[in-house]
Amino acid sequence: MPSLADTQLSFTRALRDPAAPVPAGIIAWSGNAPKRRFDVYRNNVYSSLADVLAGRYPAIQRLVGEEFFRAMARVFIDAKPPTSPMLMQYGEGFAAFLDAFPPVAELPYLGDVARIEWAWSRAYHAGDAQPLDPARLHAVVPEAFAGLRFVLHPSLHLLTSRFPAFSIWHANVEDAAMPPIDLGAGGEDTIVVRPRLSVEVRALPAGARQFLDTLSRGERLDAAAEAASATDGFDLELNLRELLRLGAFCDFTSDEGGADDNN
Amino acid sequence: MNAHSLAGRFGPHAIPLRAGVGLKPDHYQEIAESTPDIGWFEVHPENYMGAGGPPHHFLERIRGDYPLSLHGVGLSIGSDGPLDKDHLARLAVLVKRYEPGLFSEHLAWSTHESMYLNDLLPVPYTRAAQDRICEHVDEVQAAIKRPMLLENPSTYVRFAGSEMDEVEFLEGIARQSGCGLLLDVNNVYVSATNHAYDAHGYIDRFPVDLVGEIHLGGHSRDEDDAGEPLLIDDHGSAVADPVWALYAHAIGRAGAVPTLIEWDNDIPAWPVLQDEAAAAEALMRRMAGKAVKKPHALAR
Repeated sequence: MPSLADTQLSFTRALRDPAAPVPAGIIAWSGNAPKRRFDVYRNNVYSSLADVLAGRYPAIQRLVGEEFFRAMARVFIDAKPPTSPMLMQYGEGFAAFLDAFPPVAELPYLGDVARIEWAWSRAYHAGDAQPLDPARLHAVVPEAFAGLRFVLHPSLHLLTSRFPAFSIWHANVEDAAMPPIDLGAGGEDTIVVRPRLSVEVRALPAGARQFLDTLSRGERLDAAAEAASATDGFDLELNLRELLRLGAFCDFTSDEGGADDNN
Repeated sequence: MNAHSLAGRFGPHAIPLRAGVGLKPDHYQEIAESTPDIGWFEVHPENYMGAGGPPHHFLERIRGDYPLSLHGVGLSIGSDGPLDKDHLARLAVLVKRYEPGLFSEHLAWSTHESMYLNDLLPVPYTRAAQDRICEHVDEVQAAIKRPMLLENPSTYVRFAGSEMDEVEFLEGIARQSGCGLLLDVNNVYVSATNHAYDAHGYIDRFPVDLVGEIHLGGHSRDEDDAGEPLLIDDHGSAVADPVWALYAHAIGRAGAVPTLIEWDNDIPAWPVLQDEAAAAEALMRRMAGKAVKKPHALAR
């Protein structure tokens, strides 16, 4: 009997190579060929990991079709197999893989749609934090607003695409008919956040990405508004109201002091 | 050691002598809100190793209402290579947080070098493999500070170099390491069919004094190169009739044992699982009275 180490090495090599013979020493009770038996393990490995990817990237699967998705998943699994039993973390890098995978070069937006789906699963498992209660801002005197520094929710992800990635994602997770998507219509920014139990995904209005990026660096509200106003059509009041309603923040501090210390 | 003393070592968080169900996210809301009459729940710890979100939210709520068992799928206890220390540490954190009544893992390997293969792969039944697995079981029991249960596998191939049968292999590990055993009756049926041995005879030789939990689940049917039946353990359907018969036989020998309904693929509506659990419990009550061992008074 070969050592346990050698047995597992040859078993693993044969699992990963569908053309390889069944390793020596692996038998069926009847003495007949054990190929179909060994193939159960081969199939379990790849199909269970493809299931994980399909669960993580449902919009991508819908966009390319199940058969193509599973064949593509196999290429990805061979290139980037999981290195941990924590499969909730498996599938990182799938977006970059799609960007560079020649057979999908005609669908250049796939990578950015996959980035939204990856952010969704990160947000789902992220640490919990209570979203900021907008009522706390009622205690802030108007002249102190400019000096507020908002703390972004720990589950928040921001994505920028030169394609209408949010619209494509949305159409493909709603199980609706895919509306005509104008790839020349310009890019979309997306916010992904899980303020409570549900992951929320929204397209961001003009300037909001710059606004949130600036806030995420711990800068003041006036500095963030200034950065965002470089984009035409940025509406500070609308953005602040909608982001608060969405639960994008979990706290704030004030340069003026005093207004936020009673939570 | 038997189900009493195993449960006793887990103190106030013991799993009762009833049927439990594998907890699925599809049913979180319904179970949390309606608190159905189910003895206990079991989860795969790997699905609760994230920082937060719905998995922890619902598991905390449901743990507040029910005893809980953790059933690992990723430790790769049957690997020749070392256990993943990070994974073991994450498991220890979960055990501390949720205080499960039982922790179980598989007689299988799923990691090779750095690759996690995500399947329960078979182990040759040799003395060398037995020793290696005992070291791993010791390491797990030290990390989680309690005994674990080791589950008999479903297998599709055999190793020409095996030196003993599966029951002897498992019993040797349990006696040497002090772990208990999880008897998966569906796995017994699947493996016995796949390797043409007598499933009832397997149960008759199984050391039931070491059994702390039983699993029941569904399988599917295929055939091998020679057209012989090849059953696949896919947990994607109801418990099959011959598996119920085998379960009755097992309970007849072992007495009442906490019994789990496992249904992981094509997951049905909650009432279907509740009915399967009720069927297991009815059979447990009917058959346990015939057991040599007396039923014990651990039910909460």
